[in-house]
Amino acid sequence: MSVKLTIMDQMAQIAREHGKVLAPLRDDLVLLDSGLDSLGFAVLVARLEDRLGVDPFTASEDAQFPVTLGDFVKVYENGAH
Amino acid sequence: MARTEPQSLRQRIGEHASERFFWDRTAHARITDLVGGTSLAGRLGELAGKSVLVATGKQLTTALALIELDGIARRLTILPPDADPDHFAPVVAGAGIEAVVLDHASPADAALDLPLCVTCAAEIAGAAKLPAPTRETEWVLLTSGTTGVPKMVAHNLAGLTAPIARKKADGPIVWGTFYDIRRYGGLQILLRAALGNASLVLSSAGEPTADHLDRLGRHGVTHLSGTPSHWRRALMSPAIRKISPRYVRLSGEIADQAVLDSLRHAFPKASIGHAYASTEAGVAFEVIDGHAGFPSEFVERHRGGVAMKVLHGSLRIRSPRTASRYVGAGAPLRDEDGFVDTGDIVELRGDRYVFAGRRGGIINIGGLKVHPEEIEAVINRHPQVRMSLVRPKASPVTGSIVIADVVLKSQSADAGGELAQVKGDILKLCRDALPRHKVPAAISFVAALDVAATGKLARRHG
Repeated sequence: MSVKLTIMDQMAQIAREHGKVLAPLRDDLVLLDSGLDSLGFAVLVARLEDRLGVDPFTASEDAQFPVTLGDFVKVYENGAH
Repeated sequence: MARTEPQSLRQRIGEHASERFFWDRTAHARITDLVGGTSLAGRLGELAGKSVLVATGKQLTTALALIELDGIARRLTILPPDADPDHFAPVVAGAGIEAVVLDHASPADAALDLPLCVTCAAEIAGAAKLPAPTRETEWVLLTSGTTGVPKMVAHNLAGLTAPIARKKADGPIVWGTFYDIRRYGGLQILLRAALGNASLVLSSAGEPTADHLDRLGRHGVTHLSGTPSHWRRALMSPAIRKISPRYVRLSGEIADQAVLDSLRHAFPKASIGHAYASTEAGVAFEVIDGHAGFPSEFVERHRGGVAMKVLHGSLRIRSPRTASRYVGAGAPLRDEDGFVDTGDIVELRGDRYVFAGRRGGIINIGGLKVHPEEIEAVINRHPQVRMSLVRPKASPVTGSIVIADVVLKSQSADAGGELAQVKGDILKLCRDALPRHKVPAAISFVAALDVAATGKLARRHG
C-alpha cells in the first residue's frame, strides 16, 4: 500500500473508532476540517509510526505540522525515503 | 487486644520450641539455634547501643543479623539490595551510623571506613553468654525513590509487627516471599515467619523464576507473598504447578481483578488476600473477598486502630503501624492530624474504592489526565493478557499519547493473523470501557516487562 493510501486508510479507521464523520479526502483538504480532532491526529501519527516506521514530526525538531492533507502526505513521503 | 511487654525478636523466637529453618538459594540456618547462639562471631556486645548499618549481601545473613541486633542496637538501618554506592555516605551521615555488619557478599564499598565492622556468617555458633536486650531498637528502612538519595523511614518493632495476628495455625507454616526482606514488603514476611513459629524460604536476586518456584515447592511453602508483578511473572512459569500455597498474599502495587482471578484459578483452595502497605504508611488493611479495590466502609470505620481518609483524591492513613518519622530529613512524614499521605489516588465506584494510580504517575494528553494503571486494568481483563504497561509517548499534536506494551499468557508464533485479532479485541475492550483519550494509540506485544528490584513494574515517566 502506498504511503498516501495507508494514511487515508488509517484516517478512515480512526474516524470510525472515534465516531467522527470524515470529509472527502482531497489533497487540498484542510486537516482541521477533515473531521478528526487533535486526539484523532495524535492517534493517527502514532499508528503511522507503527505502520510506516517513522514519525517525521518527533524525528525532526523543526517539523511544522502541515495544514492540508497533501502537505501531511508529503511529510510522510519525504520521511519514509 | 492486650499487648505483652516489648520483647526482642530473639526472645520471641524462643517462645516456640519446634525446630524451623530459613533457607536461601545456597545455604540454610536452623533459626531456633539463635536462642542460644550467634552468627556474629561473639561480637554482638560490641554493637550494643550503637547505630548499626546492616549492609549484608545475602538475605539469610541479613535475617540472622536483624534478629540478633533487635533489642541490642540503638538503631538498625537496613541497606537495600540495589543501593547506589554514591548514597552510602549520605546514609551513614544521616543515620549517624557507628558500626556496620557485613557478610562475604556485601557490596565492595560498604565497609565505609567505619571504626567497627562485624562480619555475619550463615552459620549459627553456640554461645555461652549473649548480651541481654535492654532497649527498643529503631528500625530504619530506605525508600525506593527513583532519583536522589533515598529517604530513611523510621519504625519500631511494635509498629512493624502490629499487623501480625497471633493465632494458632492449623499445621506447620512455611513462608515464602518474592520480595527481598531488606524492603518493607519482605521484612513483613521475615517478621511473620520469625514470630509465627514458621520456616521461611528467602528469594535470591537473579534466580530464575522457575528455580525459585521449584525451591518453594521443595520446601513445601504454605504462605507466599509478592507484588502483583511478581505473581504475574510466576503465573507465566510452568513451574507454578510445583507450589500449592494455602495462603496467597499480594501487596506493594495495585492488585487488579485479572491477577486476583488468575490466582484464584491457579490456586482454587487458597485464601487470597491483597494488602495495602507502604514503607511509610505501614500495613493499613487486607482485602480477602477476592475483589479488586476495597470496601468504602474501610474508610468510614476505624479498624484495628487504623483510620483512613481520602483528601484531594489520595488515600491518607493514620495508625500505630505507620513510620514515626524520616531520619535526618526536614519534611514531616505525617500531617498535623497524624495522617500519612500515601500518594495513591483512589476513586469511589459504588460501595468500593478502587486504586486509580499514583499521584505524579499521571500522563497528560492534551490537558486530560490519565492514570496508566486504570488502562492496564482494562487491558489485563483480556483472557490472553498476562500483564501490560501503559506509558506516554510524545506526540506532536497532544503533547503525549498513551501506548501499551502487552505480554500475552502464551507466546506462540503468530498463526494466521491471530495477534492482529487479539490486538483488535484489546482495543475494543478499551473503547468499550474507557473514554477515547485513554484508549492506547498503539499496542505492542513484548516478551516480558521489566520488574524493578522492588518487585514493582518498572515505569519510566516520560
